[in-house]
Amino acid sequence: MKNIWTIASREYKLYFNTPIAYVIMGFILLVLGLIFTIAVNDVALGGGQSPPSVNAIVHGPLAFMLVFAIPAITMRLISEENREGTIELLQTAPVRDWELAVGKWLGATLFIGTIILITLVFPIILNNLVEPGIDQLMMLSGYLGILLVSMAFIALGVAISSLFTSTVAAFFTAMGINLVLWWLIAIPAQLSSPQFAAIWRYLDFGGHYNNSMARGVIELIDLVYFLSVVVVGLLVASVSLETKRWR
Amino acid sequence: MIQVEGLTKDYGPRRAIEDLSFSAQKGEIVGFLGPNGAGKTTTMRILTGFMPPTNGRASVAGYDVVDESIEVRRRVGYLPENVPLYDDMTVWDYLKYMADLHNVEDAEDRIYDIIEVVGMEERTDSYISSLSKGMRQRIGLAQALVHEPEVLILDEPTIGLDPSQIRGVRNLIQEIGKERTVMLSTHILSEAQQICDRVLIINKGHIVAEDTPQNLQSRLAGSQRVAIQVAGDEDGLDKVISGVKGVISASVTSAGVVEFETEAGKDVRPDVARQVIKKKYDLLEMRPLGMSLEDIFLEITREDPAPPDLDDDFEGEEAE
Ligand SMILES: Nc1ncnc2c1ncn2[C@@H]1O[C@H](COP(=O)(O)OP(=O)(O)O)[C@@H](O)[C@H]1O
Ligand SMILES: [Mg+2]
Repeated sequence: MKNIWTIASREYKLYFNTPIAYVIMGFILLVLGLIFTIAVNDVALGGGQSPPSVNAIVHGPLAFMLVFAIPAITMRLISEENREGTIELLQTAPVRDWELAVGKWLGATLFIGTIILITLVFPIILNNLVEPGIDQLMMLSGYLGILLVSMAFIALGVAISSLFTSTVAAFFTAMGINLVLWWLIAIPAQLSSPQFAAIWRYLDFGGHYNNSMARGVIELIDLVYFLSVVVVGLLVASVSLETKRWR
Repeated sequence: MIQVEGLTKDYGPRRAIEDLSFSAQKGEIVGFLGPNGAGKTTTMRILTGFMPPTNGRASVAGYDVVDESIEVRRRVGYLPENVPLYDDMTVWDYLKYMADLHNVEDAEDRIYDIIEVVGMEERTDSYISSLSKGMRQRIGLAQALVHEPEVLILDEPTIGLDPSQIRGVRNLIQEIGKERTVMLSTHILSEAQQICDRVLIINKGHIVAEDTPQNLQSRLAGSQRVAIQVAGDEDGLDKVISGVKGVISASVTSAGVVEFETEAGKDVRPDVARQVIKKKYDLLEMRPLGMSLEDIFLEITREDPAPPDLDDDFEGEEAE
């Protein structure tokens, strides 16, 4: 446990030392701020119009941007250690390979979690602007969904990073997988026969989020789905770290 | 402290080390001497728990490197070849990170101590990317020492350093070696002779000799190769030199330079010099040619064709 925390906190602090993390954080907040300002202005001008939903103006665009941002956050986590040889010191320290994978995942999750936390200012402001306030439970359920989606994307990113020595390759691979799981998988889901369509739909990240938590519906199956993706991702990363020793 | 039995490692079809056996006692500095590709790094990676062997067994500080890897790793300090460090961390943060991973108690005090030991007090807040090669080496050593390991494994600790840095690191290792078991690899004979209590010579994945530096020295002191340079024409000089008693062979290697090899046991250089001057050559220089590692392996394998005994006993050599 202590090892996991040691590794996670190093990664978390390191993000605040690297320009790329600031760029990503700044970009996400800037875009959300713009969308928010425009939407709120519309309400002010339009008078009787119904207020914008948090899902439409915060969660939707945030999830869209995380599909691309998370690979950039996870790409170097293990690939860089593979390339620079620093993995040799980690793997000869009294740290188990799975602790290493989990620590890396936790560090990135804390960083993305920080960004997500900051975006809470938008619903809070909106809550004060509209009468009688926003649907707070639905807002929180949407945030839970965003967090789970991020945790799953990050776990996949860690797994992919462990398989590469090139950060660029890790980035594009992770982004490709995210794109498939978030959007493209809907295509085979629509085209294939009903039995297979069910499988495709089950794998669809978007489906587990858009149709449930984004609408204020929290279902066990969706929680289990995202947490299993986290477990699978971290398992792949651990096994890949372990097998590299045997080459 | 270190026990190795029949250690073998294959990388795919390629065998890197084969059937290595040796041991190192507490408080001993053991040198692992061999040319590039001999299998030094491979052996050290197995001993530090980085990779498992294909065959054979090794234990460090009483724990098996495969079955009790974590226990071994708690007790070993390791400086990998090329000293991989995190360029984007400061010296202090890096050592704190390594200390935390090793569960060091009172890490801050311990880091102050170790920074002083390696003489890096001035640079604790510098980013590692700004350090010179010699400083990186010292941080690598500090990292290996921060958890006060029982066994230190150092892979080519002086490679790429300038002479004064080399002296610094060697002194440091000798200091450290007084109370711990140290195993270091090198491809420099004189380095192994200078700092080690015992030297294992490894070539092509096999241990070809194991001895104290003193014994090694006398075994190698057998024949000697010398270059002699004269001003102007060296015509006939090789004949003159090979005529001297005790010279095995002599040949011209470049204009004015003749190299010759002498028999073991007696230094015939004065005789050669006298003869050269008597024949009216203008002697400029005479210098012994250092033995390359290759020469040493040839020498050792020639003297000792059977697999060497592993108990420091070389009496069986009189078969000459
Ligand atoms: N990761 C690896 N994959 C394949 N072959 C390797 C690997 N590492 C080392 N070797 C080979 O194993 C042999 C021993 O290498 P090494 O242990 O690095 O020797 P040394 O440290 O003495 O230079 C060499 O022939 C080398 O090419
Ligand atoms: Mg090596």
